This record gives sequence, C-alpha cells and structure tokens, in this order.
Amino acid sequence: MLLDGINAIRACHHKEGHPHHHPHAGDAPVETHSHGGREIKVVRRVLDANDFMAGVNRKRFAEKHVFVLNLMSSPGSGKTTTLEKTLQHLMPEFRCAVIVGDICTTQDADRLAASGAPVVQINTDEFGGDCHLAAHVIEKALGGLDLDALDILIVENIGNLVCPAEFDIGEDKRAVILSVTEGEDKPLKYPLMFRVCDAALLNKIDLLPHLDYDIKLAAANILQIHPNMPVFETSAKTEEGFTPWLEWLRSATREKLG
Amino acid sequence: MHEMGVAMQIVEIATASIPGHLPGARVAKVNLKVGKLSAIVPDSLTFCFDVVAKDTPLEGARLDITEIPVQAVCNACRNEWTIDQPAFSCPACNSGDITLLTGRELDIESIELAEEE
Repeated sequence: MLLDGINAIRACHHKEGHPHHHPHAGDAPVETHSHGGREIKVVRRVLDANDFMAGVNRKRFAEKHVFVLNLMSSPGSGKTTTLEKTLQHLMPEFRCAVIVGDICTTQDADRLAASGAPVVQINTDEFGGDCHLAAHVIEKALGGLDLDALDILIVENIGNLVCPAEFDIGEDKRAVILSVTEGEDKPLKYPLMFRVCDAALLNKIDLLPHLDYDIKLAAANILQIHPNMPVFETSAKTEEGFTPWLEWLRSATREKLG
Repeated sequence: MHEMGVAMQIVEIATASIPGHLPGARVAKVNLKVGKLSAIVPDSLTFCFDVVAKDTPLEGARLDITEIPVQAVCNACRNEWTIDQPAFSCPACNSGDITLLTGRELDIESIELAEEE
C-alpha cells in the first residue's frame, strides 16, 4: 500500500524507522477508558517474536564469528547460480555453508552441495508454505551446521521481492538480485526490498544484447530507492562483473571476522 | 502474502493482553498502526484476521487500521519531510544519507474490550 498504491513492504530492519520500544511480555497492560468498552494499551510490534529470535541468532553468529549474508530476489533471477559461482571463488579462502529456502523440492540444495559446502535445505511446506524465511526457521536450520567450522553462512531466501524484506533473520548483510529480464521499474515497485538491502546485483547481463533493456535506468531506479548502495552488474553464467561483488563480500566478511 | 501469519500474531498478542482478572472477556476492537512502507494489504489482513479470530476471544472483533505516513530526516541538512513517492533522497539538498522516522510500523496500539453482557 506504500506510496500511492505501490505494494511495498515494511521491514524489521534495525537501521532506521524502527523505534526500539520492544515492550516485553511482562509489561503490565495499562487500562484506559474510551467510549464503549474498556481500552487496554498494548503498544507492541506485531513481529516482535521474530525480532527477538533474530536477535538470538545474531548473538550466536557473533559468538561463533560467522558472517551471515541474506540473499534475496524474485524467483528465477539467478540466485542459485550466483551462489554456486560465488562459493567456487570464496571456498578456498573462507569456510562457507548455505541455508537454502524453497517452498518445495531440494533441487537448489542438490546443486549447491556440489560446491562442497555444507547445505541445509528448508522446505517451508512444513511451516505452511511460507513466502519467506523467518528467524525461528533459521534457528532450527542451524542445528544441521557446525558454526565453529564456518566463516561465512549464506542464506538463500525464498524467491520473493516482498515478504523476505520484512523478516530479520539475524544476518549481517542483505543483498538483492534483480535480473535484466525483470523490468527496470522493479526497484520502484518493491521499494522496501531495495531499501533494506546493503548491495544489489543486476544479473544476467550476458543477455543484454538480446534485450531491449536500459540497465542504466535500472541502476538509477535502485539508487533512487537506496542512494549510495553498491550495485554490481553481473552475469552468473559468464562470471562477468563478479570481481567487485566478490570483493564486497570478502570485505564485509573481514570486517565482521576481524 | 504473509498476512495470515501477521493476523495470527495479532490474535496471539491481543489475547495475551486481556487482563488476567477478566477471564472470559471478549475483544471488540484491535487498534493497529501500519506504516505506508509496509507489505501489508489492509483488506487481506482484515480477511485473514476474521478467519484466525474464530473460536478465540477476538471472534467478530474489528481490526481498526491507522496508516502511518513515511517521514524522513536528512542527516546532512536536518530537513524533515514526508516521502510520498518512491524516491529516498533529500528534496532540499539531494543527499542520500537519510533516516526514516516513521512508515514501517506494524504495531498493536491497544485493544478494546466488549461491553459485558
């Protein structure tokens, strides 16, 4: 409903626009009177259970010195291929693992497992076919990983430009992939996704010669929503443009791990 | 798309907010603040809320949604303004270094109990 009917999102991102009032369950409700029935003040964020669990995850990642990236995009933008290639480059240098979310199937996990990185597949079928990975789902998936043996954990979120932006999972950084087959206006239509992310990839640039696509406009639209955000033009297929993306990831990892 | 999960959380929080000394109290209204930079579609949320409120103290309760505009402050020139277009740079000095003050709310403000019958 954002901005003149644009269907956008709110996020429980801790950087901005998120008053830290988080009242706790023990807070006594305050009773006031209004016309008709009795009004009881509540003043609680609806998603505070998720935010709480995200905080638990974040603390655990800090204790274990693991850098966590939340990778999001619409379906079919090249998340899994990008991740396969990214792992190939990072693996000799960093110990990586992946949590991959899908509503059904383990195809992505099977592809990613070929990299040699431990992969935990989450099928949200179990959780009611959720359109995003919530913090408690990540917490459950961590049971399948040895965090002591990891430097980088990448979470491949459910393909969706709306809901995942709204759920903090305890990550350090967020990246969004938009492919050049999706239309230049997508950042304007899904502003919060681009607002909450720390980096954006414009992927599948190997297709540009076959498309009537204005990549400069797409990049400008991303920057209109999130000025100064790094935007990487990449092809996961040919690995064109991968160097700056990998460098950003290495740098963010080193910043966390020291 | 996740309105059902949000509706379930609302019912859970509202139910837990009924004072312990009023067992059997029913909720007539839930006052909710939803920021305009929100994925929530009010009609979908209302529909889901009506479904999940069944057989709870909130059955038949009204969900009163107040939309909150997106307010921002520029960290460079301290200008404050309302964002009503998908553009997030300061209109005064064009800086992109801004902080959103409001617009992401998804908060239950209060519940109103039904009159005792």
